[in-house]
Amino acid sequence: MEDLSFQHTARERAGGTKPIAIVGVVASGNLEVLVERVLPGTECQLEIKTAAVGFGEVWKAVIGDFVERYSPGGLRFSINDGGARPDTVSLRLAQAVRLIGEGGQ
Amino acid sequence: MLMLDRRTTTKWQHRREARDARLAAGSRLARGKIVEARDATRLMEAVIRPGDRICLEGDNQKQADLLCSALLAVQPAKVNNLHMVQSGVVLPEHLDLFDRGVAKKLDYAYSGPQSARIAHMLFGGKIELGAVHTYLELFARYFVDLTPQVALIAAVSSDREGNLYTGPNTEDTPTVVEATAFKDGVVIAQVNEIVDQVPRVDIPADRVHFIVKADRPFFVEPLFTRDPAAITEGQILTAMLAIKGIYAPYGVQRLNHGIGFSTAAIELLLPTFGEKLGLKGKIASHFALNPHPALIPAIESGWVQQIHSFGSEVGMDDYIRARSDIFFTGPDGALRSNRAFCQTAGLYACDMFIGSTLQIDLQGNSSTITTSRIAGFGGAPNMGSDARGRRHPSTPWLKAGAEADPDSPSSLRRGRKLVVQIGETFGDKNVPLFVEKLEALELAEKLNLELAPIMIYGDDVTHIVTEEGVANLLLCRSAGEREQAIRGVAGYTEVGRRRDRNMVERLRQRGVILRPEDLGVNPLDADRNMLAAHSIKDLVRWSGGLYAPPSKFRNW
Repeated sequence: MEDLSFQHTARERAGGTKPIAIVGVVASGNLEVLVERVLPGTECQLEIKTAAVGFGEVWKAVIGDFVERYSPGGLRFSINDGGARPDTVSLRLAQAVRLIGEGGQ
Repeated sequence: MLMLDRRTTTKWQHRREARDARLAAGSRLARGKIVEARDATRLMEAVIRPGDRICLEGDNQKQADLLCSALLAVQPAKVNNLHMVQSGVVLPEHLDLFDRGVAKKLDYAYSGPQSARIAHMLFGGKIELGAVHTYLELFARYFVDLTPQVALIAAVSSDREGNLYTGPNTEDTPTVVEATAFKDGVVIAQVNEIVDQVPRVDIPADRVHFIVKADRPFFVEPLFTRDPAAITEGQILTAMLAIKGIYAPYGVQRLNHGIGFSTAAIELLLPTFGEKLGLKGKIASHFALNPHPALIPAIESGWVQQIHSFGSEVGMDDYIRARSDIFFTGPDGALRSNRAFCQTAGLYACDMFIGSTLQIDLQGNSSTITTSRIAGFGGAPNMGSDARGRRHPSTPWLKAGAEADPDSPSSLRRGRKLVVQIGETFGDKNVPLFVEKLEALELAEKLNLELAPIMIYGDDVTHIVTEEGVANLLLCRSAGEREQAIRGVAGYTEVGRRRDRNMVERLRQRGVILRPEDLGVNPLDADRNMLAAHSIKDLVRWSGGLYAPPSKFRNW
């Protein structure tokens, strides 16, 4: 197990008004993403518990691109990772932003 | 009368006489051509000589397993140092032959299930390796410098004269028999049953010398069945990019698919995603392909006009029989496959090969061979290469040729086959698809091979598709551009993270790299609901109950 934490400042606040959303499952090669609208302004925080050790650089790159692309300001992500591939991580994060943004703009 | 003397003293039928001597020795164990299974090992000892070249029919699927066991049981003092020339090294017994010293040298094409052990034995010096071939290449050598002295083949049934019925898995048999029987070799067939009349004659009796009735049907492996339930969202996204980024713009109608999950995803997206794009009738209508169960929904939806097959697939027999408009079938109604002809079709009559691999380097060279697994190539190097002898035009071939060489006059410009490598940037256990140096090169160094076992050379690859996008290598004008185009779709692998971001962006502006958004594909739409079938059971339903999956794929 390895714990990783990332803080970013997004370009703008994430759309929608839902307070919380969850996507994915904790399974081998998959991950669960809990996203909560709890942070002020454009702050963004990601807390990761991962089964795969030594992939810090890859996480950093995946999350940097994700924040750049989806601008998830105001959101805190708690991730339980079962050793998912980076493309799966990107997809789940994007799904989480879409889900918490539903019903908003 | 010098001439006459020469004629009387020089003999030109040594091989025929040697063959006749072998046949005479074998005949002592036979009634007519029929030898009892319990005498099969004695038959081997009677007809095989030390150092012989032997084709032990190990095809992609069909295995002459009884004859293999019989050969394994010979006394190594009588039969030894054999040179095995067979396309598939599939059964553990194929390698036991080398452990026992019965066989010494190996020329082959594919070793899927034995890939780890074959690597171990090559390093340990138990096997002297000739070469790892593509199927068509090995077949070609059967007629030039690797002609077998004895062929041990498998068929479904035989009549008493030795006419053979191979059933749907004809595969390599006609080629092996042609090379052996017409060059003074001995052909021994194991059959599941001996009948009064075979349903159709796949191999005429005068090419078959001995028949052994097996106590159980020959082993066949379901190699081409992909459970739709195991297809991931990443594979679906990659498949969507391939359809919209390659199949559609080139209008690819004649093609071959690999056996991976990415191409299974493409097959299952044709009647859904492809239909929505209005591509029916414009792409994917003629295949050189085994009867993939995942293609059933596309066939049933009217996408596919014709399929010629290398071999069959377990459980597809009744479906094929009922869809003779699509498949090649015999007077008995069952599939007639033929690996040599289908490989030729893939080489000369298909405009695209699309398949997966294990490693791709910065020049686009790819290999499924690693230092611990020597899986062989099967047909991929043949399917996945430009046919320099091709002379007939087609729209995709001409378009690809024009992209590669825009400046030559069109009447003198060769077209290009589309050779597409498809896969996710990370494979099983997070192993990266993209590497700086192929393990195949390390293997070649360690084993002192003159040629590294490259499956598809970079200069034959035209496109690489991953979940990150499509790289069109035809449009690259330098080695540097090519490297960045590859890095540009290599995702978060080390190769991908080391890209020159500015150059990748410029390549994207030129359309060398196409991102999902450039193709109007939203990665969030890559949903399993888009697949025409979600399970093996769905495939059975699509087939109207005609597809009968093997038990390991049944979970209901």
